Amino acid sequence: MHLTREEEAMLAGEQGHATQKAMQILVALGKIYDAERLVRVSSVQVSGVSYKNLGDAGLEFLSELARDGKARVRTTLNPAGMSLTDWEAQGIESGFAEKQLKVIDAYARLGAEITCTCTPYLAGNEPAFGQHIAWGESSAVVYANSVIGARTNREGGPSALAASLTGRTPLYGLHLPEKRVPTIGVNVEAHLRLPEDFSVMGYYVGRAAKDGIPYFRGIGRASLEDLKTLSAALASSGGVAMFHIDGMTPEAGMPHGNLEALTFGRRELSETDSMLSDEGEPDFISVGCPHCSLTELATLARLLGGRRVSREFWVCCSREVKRQGDEAGYSRVIEESGAKFALDTCMVVAPIEELGYKVVATNSAKACHYLRNAGLRVRFIPLEECVEEATKGG
Amino acid sequence: MKLKGRAIFEGKAEGRALVSSSPVSFYGGVNPDTGEIVERGSELAGQSVKGRVLVFPHGKGSTVGSYVLYRLAKNGVAPCAIVNAKCETIVAVGAIISEIPCVDMVDVSKIKPDAPVRVDGATVEF
Repeated sequence: MHLTREEEAMLAGEQGHATQKAMQILVALGKIYDAERLVRVSSVQVSGVSYKNLGDAGLEFLSELARDGKARVRTTLNPAGMSLTDWEAQGIESGFAEKQLKVIDAYARLGAEITCTCTPYLAGNEPAFGQHIAWGESSAVVYANSVIGARTNREGGPSALAASLTGRTPLYGLHLPEKRVPTIGVNVEAHLRLPEDFSVMGYYVGRAAKDGIPYFRGIGRASLEDLKTLSAALASSGGVAMFHIDGMTPEAGMPHGNLEALTFGRRELSETDSMLSDEGEPDFISVGCPHCSLTELATLARLLGGRRVSREFWVCCSREVKRQGDEAGYSRVIEESGAKFALDTCMVVAPIEELGYKVVATNSAKACHYLRNAGLRVRFIPLEECVEEATKGG
Repeated sequence: MKLKGRAIFEGKAEGRALVSSSPVSFYGGVNPDTGEIVERGSELAGQSVKGRVLVFPHGKGSTVGSYVLYRLAKNGVAPCAIVNAKCETIVAVGAIISEIPCVDMVDVSKIKPDAPVRVDGATVEF
């Protein structure tokens, strides 16, 4: 792989230990994936922020890097395992909180913005079409590639951090136009009414597409919320990093060969939908996987206005979207109902199972997937029904 | 026999081979405190990676696996070297941050279990 003189200096350790480690990671990945050279990135989204996933090893690694490492490009963070300010009210143990705050402190010293959201594109980190970026957080990777047309591979925590500390990433995979062509067609015959229908479709297609690039035909319209939840589901049941929608997404017009196609009809929709749910009465209800948009806060305010929740109900969103919700008057209505904002975190990365909850109701196929892996039972229901469930008998 | 591969993380190490013919997951598959392989169904279940030249086709599973390798190294129970057929992101990043010599593009089927192996840069001798 070709390195510039400055990159050689980074690799030789002339710019410090953390930069050297970062460059070693990038050069190794470049070798493995046959990259010709490195490419500069305009922003980084780092996954691996929740102490629940990092553990002591991850914390130790970050602390070591933070001794002399500094972000060279705009760097934002994935959700943490708790609210950074209201963790006690969330029922988080102080031992966990202490470690989580140390993780955040290490990232702060590394120069990352403590955004703690899986939707950086709703919180000020908005890449432009064609820009190279290095993002972790699989749902944001899919959204950035597909909906925005920015270019990123699916980075893991350390490789995204390496990009941050050097401002570069190896030029391979989805950074190359020829690797962004669709690999599998999807004929959408089901009527997609709600964002949750897009979530179900993503879950179904992700399993079939594995790490391919689906090309959807037959989707007339889609909102930001539809595309956000589609992105998340595609990346949780499979390894999808990008999709195209005929007539809609910015690179759908690129030339491609004949595609083998699968069908997503009414049967696939209802079968996948029922597969996502277990038995049991929910004792915990949460929306905002991925983190809620302002439109979703508006919907929640409309549905919750004048009502009281009778069960634990988390509304997960970024601090930035919450701030916009404050200004629009939505946040007050939501909080008056007894629902709780879960900022900096979400139902997937917070240690919900340790808080004593057994059955989670949510409107996200991605959340269902990961919560099940963590040993919880789940109910997949649309946002409106989540509110009904939360206010039942209240 | 001497095989020439590709150095993912350069270094020298010697140890007995611990060979898995199937991919290895570090996250959930190896106990980070003891080095014991705990993955259900693994042919190496119950054995320790400590001080061994760990030979397997490629990694699999969660990217958090890189941090498991780091923790093994910090706890002094890491493999002394890793030899892969085709290294992927999880193992490569794990080897680099943990400073474990790592070589890939090697015909791993040639390496017999328990054979003494020497890794030096891109060469694997056994």
